[in-house]
Amino acid sequence: MLDVSGLDKHFGGLHAVKNLSFTVGEREIVGLIGPNGAGKTTVFGLLSGFLRPDAGQVIFRGRSITGLPPHRVNALGLARTFQIVRPFPHLTVLRNVTVGALGRHAAPAAATQRALAVLNEVGLAAKRDQPAASLTLAERKRLELARALATEPTLLLLDEVMAGLNATETERIVDLVGAINRRGVAVLLIEHVMRAVMSLSQRIVVLNYGELIAEGRPEAVANDPRVIEAYLGTASA
Amino acid sequence: MLLALPMVLSSYLVTVFVLIFFYAYLGQAWNIVGGYAGQLSAGHAAFVGVGAYAAAVLSLSAGLTPWVGMFVGGTVAAVLGGFIGFLGFRFGLRGFYFVLLTVAFAEMCRIVANNLEWIGGAVGLYITFTGNPWQFQFQDSRAYYYIALGLMVAATAVAAAIERRRFGVYLSAIREDEGAAEAVGVPTFRYKMFAMIVSSFLTGVGGTFYAFYLFSLQPNTVFGIPLSVEIIIRPIVGGAGTLFGPIVGSFILSPLAELTRFYFAAGGGWAGVHLIVYGVLLVVVVLFFPQGAVPWLRRLLRTQA
Amino acid sequence: MAEGLRAEQVRLPAPQGLILDPVLVVQAVVSGLLFGGVYSLMAIGLTLIFGVMRVVNFAHGDLMVWAMYLAWLGATRFGVDPYVGFVGAAAILFVAGFAIQRQLVDRIVDAPHEMQILLMLGVALVLENTALVAFGPEPQRVRTPLTQAALWLGPVFVDVGRLVTFAVAIALTLALSLFLYRSDIGRQMRAVADNGYGAQVIGTDVRRISALAFAVGAACVGAAGALVAPLLPFQPPTGLQLSVTSFNIVIIGGMGSLLGAFMGGLLVSVAESLGAVFLNPSMKELVSFALLVVILLVRPAGLFGRRAI
Repeated sequence: MLDVSGLDKHFGGLHAVKNLSFTVGEREIVGLIGPNGAGKTTVFGLLSGFLRPDAGQVIFRGRSITGLPPHRVNALGLARTFQIVRPFPHLTVLRNVTVGALGRHAAPAAATQRALAVLNEVGLAAKRDQPAASLTLAERKRLELARALATEPTLLLLDEVMAGLNATETERIVDLVGAINRRGVAVLLIEHVMRAVMSLSQRIVVLNYGELIAEGRPEAVANDPRVIEAYLGTASA
Repeated sequence: MLLALPMVLSSYLVTVFVLIFFYAYLGQAWNIVGGYAGQLSAGHAAFVGVGAYAAAVLSLSAGLTPWVGMFVGGTVAAVLGGFIGFLGFRFGLRGFYFVLLTVAFAEMCRIVANNLEWIGGAVGLYITFTGNPWQFQFQDSRAYYYIALGLMVAATAVAAAIERRRFGVYLSAIREDEGAAEAVGVPTFRYKMFAMIVSSFLTGVGGTFYAFYLFSLQPNTVFGIPLSVEIIIRPIVGGAGTLFGPIVGSFILSPLAELTRFYFAAGGGWAGVHLIVYGVLLVVVVLFFPQGAVPWLRRLLRTQA
Repeated sequence: MAEGLRAEQVRLPAPQGLILDPVLVVQAVVSGLLFGGVYSLMAIGLTLIFGVMRVVNFAHGDLMVWAMYLAWLGATRFGVDPYVGFVGAAAILFVAGFAIQRQLVDRIVDAPHEMQILLMLGVALVLENTALVAFGPEPQRVRTPLTQAALWLGPVFVDVGRLVTFAVAIALTLALSLFLYRSDIGRQMRAVADNGYGAQVIGTDVRRISALAFAVGAACVGAAGALVAPLLPFQPPTGLQLSVTSFNIVIIGGMGSLLGAFMGGLLVSVAESLGAVFLNPSMKELVSFALLVVILLVRPAGLFGRRAI
């Protein structure tokens, strides 16, 4: 459903993404991993329309979304979250999620209904009337996820939704992502919490210095010497 | 109650209420783009000015009634607002840069109007009083009271309608975090443009009232930065992005401005005192009530209940 | 091109310079350049405050007008020539700037940009209108023997007052650069401007440096005000015009760039001076606004942008 080919992006002298190609299939969960600065978040920016690639193409559900503005990409069914969560701080939790739902349900009443359903799913319904700024980090991460879900995507890009969470909170998110996927939503996730990526993903794509260095099933990737080297550095190789 | 009020008020107090309503109207118009959408336009006087000039020139030279001219003025202002918005939003100008773009356009309008002889140049335009309602002129000053009240109610109805619809929710999301709004499917450029156009249209319509209530308009007052400040300060003191903020702000500030003007201007050379009060109020609001009076009052009422 | 502009101006009363005289153009450039030193100094003050604190000083022009009134008071009450009195004006504004930063700006450094703009707008209103109450609305001008003197460089007329103003403004700009690049505090200011968080980590007292930067910025505009007082008739609303002009300059030059503020000041002054020749004098500001809009749209980082001070 997502077909990325030959993606390239420079920032000044920095070659952030180099000739990157990969795919995400229908209903698939793909993990995007790599050391810090490998270009993972840049890839998300390129896929979601926040950054314009210097070269390459992004095909989503049969049509090119290369260079489309973010809201158009979202309307086509590709939603993203931000690594550093960006709630609308002064709006209530419910309002935050309603903004997402309004794209598919123009009437605020219908959108609010939809938003409530999503809040129930992520377990934030009790907090719906609080301003988003009052939530804990774990709750904000779930809000970020809920807002993206409310746009009813067919592909969800999750940027480190588990970073900074404790074990119980992480587990909740893992369960949640699994449940969303079982409903038919494909997921591409950036994650540093290895146990979570390995257990969730059907396939893993590894980036280093903006280049794809390995791709495959979690066990295979975990034992790939190039991956180990990238993570541990050349000194120990 | 507000409808019956002019029957018992002195003509001076009627004037004060006209100012309260009219500035509340302009504040509400600004609130749509400056409050709800959080795009700090500091050049809204430009829209008052072009609206006022359009209606006055059409009335003086073509005999067009201001009742129609006000919508022409609004449309001209909306075109200007759309143009400024397009430049600012398309090129991604935010915060201070957008402030400066709007100020620059208002100042350019002022300088151009000062130099265009066919619209009166620096002297401006004067409208002779005929007392003909068809010419937006009334023997009974209470007529202006009802028109200003009507304008305020109408703008507030527009703001209320926006608030209840998707438009309003999207504007508040844009104000909070534009990038995050884009990410969840909000076409931010389009909605900021809508907000700017509606806001400048309403402000331009207000220009007609301004010109025909005062019977004159000069470029330096009607396009000046001080008028832009008058427009901005009421919704901010009352609560930007709240429905009643501009009205509450105007009920606080317009009488205050009138009082200080009344008491100090009489002594001569004290013309600036009401602006000193504005300045102090702005500082106090920013430091202690950054959301304005309305959210503060609402919290106060809630803790009392 | 110039002919076309002229044709439109025919209806305007008393246009100056009826033909495109090259001497007139050179004259305009020279006058503009000499006046530009003050613009540069004023804009450097603004860009320094912005660079270190990310705060746009909306009261900048009003501080400048206060300095002009201080120079005027010094000259009329105590007989101090403004070319000497600028030191006092700068010192007083230094203190005022320090106080504004400590008492007001410091409380909202983390607030959204809009709040800072509104706060400074409030300060600007207070400054402008206290000047109005204190000194009245009549335009004032400071007289000094130098403004009556003139030099002729060939056919070009050079006003000695402008020349001295320019020389002092340039000397102060150089002194400020030395301060920023050679002194310890100056280096810390540039470090905070580059990366406030990083500077904090390595132990810079960001609050103190910020207050000093605001003070130095205010002193710059204070000196600029006193120096320009003999050349420019002023009244309280002049402050707003000067604020807007200094914003134009720093955006054209590039926010936070010292070189940009310096070059921008000269550029805007020359552009206005030429505008006054080719257009009606009252339309000279149109030139700098047009320049501003073009820069905002084409190169919002400014001509010398993205270089932290």
